[in-house]
Amino acid sequence: MSESEWTGRLWVLKNTSGKLIEDIDTDQIYHNAYLHITEISEMGAYALGNLEGWKDFSSQAKPGDIIVAGRNFGAGSSRQQAVDCFAALKISLIIAPSFGAIYFRNAVNSGFPVLQSPGIGKLVQKGRLCSGDRIKVNIQTGKARNLSSDDSFQMKPMSDVQRQIYEAGGLFAYAQKMESG
Amino acid sequence: MTHTVIEKIIQNHTQQDVFPGKIIWMTLDVRTARDFGGPNVVKNFQREYGDQPVEANKKTFFTFDLSVPACSLKYADNQQICREFAGKKGIKVYDVDEGIGSHVLIEQGHAVSGSTVVGTDSHLNILGAVGSFGQGMGDVDITFAFKTGKTWFEVPETVKVVLKGEIENSVSAKDLTLFILRHLRTRKAALKAVEFYGEPAKNLSLAGRITLCSMVTEMAGIIGFVPEVNDGFIKEVRGLSGITYEPLLADKDASYAEEIEINVSGLTPQVAAPFQPTNVKDVSELQDVSIDSGFIGSCTNGRTEDLRAAASVLKGRKVKQGVMLKIVPATRKVYSEILEQGILKDLFESGVVLSNPGCGGCAEGHIGLTGEGETQISTGNRNFAGKQGKGQNYLASPEVVAASCILGRIASPEDL
Ligand code: SF4
Repeated sequence: MSESEWTGRLWVLKNTSGKLIEDIDTDQIYHNAYLHITEISEMGAYALGNLEGWKDFSSQAKPGDIIVAGRNFGAGSSRQQAVDCFAALKISLIIAPSFGAIYFRNAVNSGFPVLQSPGIGKLVQKGRLCSGDRIKVNIQTGKARNLSSDDSFQMKPMSDVQRQIYEAGGLFAYAQKMESG
Repeated sequence: MTHTVIEKIIQNHTQQDVFPGKIIWMTLDVRTARDFGGPNVVKNFQREYGDQPVEANKKTFFTFDLSVPACSLKYADNQQICREFAGKKGIKVYDVDEGIGSHVLIEQGHAVSGSTVVGTDSHLNILGAVGSFGQGMGDVDITFAFKTGKTWFEVPETVKVVLKGEIENSVSAKDLTLFILRHLRTRKAALKAVEFYGEPAKNLSLAGRITLCSMVTEMAGIIGFVPEVNDGFIKEVRGLSGITYEPLLADKDASYAEEIEINVSGLTPQVAAPFQPTNVKDVSELQDVSIDSGFIGSCTNGRTEDLRAAASVLKGRKVKQGVMLKIVPATRKVYSEILEQGILKDLFESGVVLSNPGCGGCAEGHIGLTGEGETQISTGNRNFAGKQGKGQNYLASPEVVAASCILGRIASPEDL
């Protein structure tokens, strides 16, 4: 059964000037050299493996971690591996101001939680969200709290549609549920 | 609440309140899969749902258009996988003889004003030309659509593009489209719906609307609509599909993400240079580029009107020795029209290679790829590196492609 509230450690993907990195494309997330891999559990090792400054991400990430990225995360190709590699590492959530359209569909359809949060860049720039902080997010209400600084903020919650698919465990499972419900 | 065109269509297909940014469940009027993506849909469906039926088999279609008839074993297998599945589920197949799927949907009256259609074709938003919300999606999404007749969608914002000024008769819908692409690039309409206004848009024929709406994909947009129509367009739609076009207008005070005016007066023929469709220049800037081959067809410029325009340039002239001009009608219907109207004869006598309908050279091959070092001028919609072989591709109108193939260099009909 899926949770609606998570607590996790943050990875804030920002550049040296302190801003969230924008337009991270699917080749930076999961390089095409590894597209032949079909076993999801083997994909984790390559997550963000082609993103300058974050190449050791996969060896440091822990189950439950939460990623914050800049706008248009997952731009580019339609490869599902760019979502699955995070599922393999048991990353619990990715938050970005916006996602590439296909990336967003792929994530939602496979039941992987992603949140669009337009204001998150400001919070990062103001230093209210830093790598290593532990945050608690409720995907139903969008309420979030930084447990490391006891700071709270409001994010855009998951849409009903997205939550229904997520709770069913993906789009195919949701179709079965529609029939029986 | 007031709505733009896309918001209205979605509102008519969902129980939820529609506004930009909202993710809703949308009922589908039609879903399709083609010979690319189709076999994956079949495999997904069989794995997930076994022998269960598709949601509405009479509103579900396969359209084969990429490799027709199959020119590789893989495509032959894939098409057969779809045919066998279709047979079991009672789904109609528009097979290898019919032509480009999106055009067949318009001709057969499956895509009508105000309807929702999804399929495994990234240019399915071409259906905006007849006021239908068409959308290309991946095989997971289309499998779900086959099973449930529904899809989820984030309601896009809408951009209003107003075309100002008058255009000469010699300027084609493709020139107008490339000129708009030159202005919007891939930024202004990205992930948004577009509504085109102004006389030059309103006056577009069905083929012209198809040309414009097909390249909203290259503008990175969701879909384009031309809400204002002319009588000729309405007649064409009725003549082709037997269906009376229902007007589809935005509410007067609907709200737009942005309003953009583009002045099109004095427009001359436009050409997109490699390797981006947005890399658009005036034809006069490219007259030193010599070409080896040409292609006229694709979902963007494969209608009878397009081939007639090409024939009007080619008639009584010859394609230059050493240049190969490949022509592919969009559909079987177009083929029959060019046959009856004598266009086929004019084209044939000018020395072109003419094939059966389909995506032809636009997709991977079938009527030929470009080799390394080859320069082609095409009426297609994409000129990305590698899209049609190793050569360089320029994009232009049927008239410009025809004139270029007569002279062996990029040229407009005026240069003849
Ligand atoms: S003609 Fe080309 S762009 Fe159009 S549907 Fe066929 S392959 Fe796609």
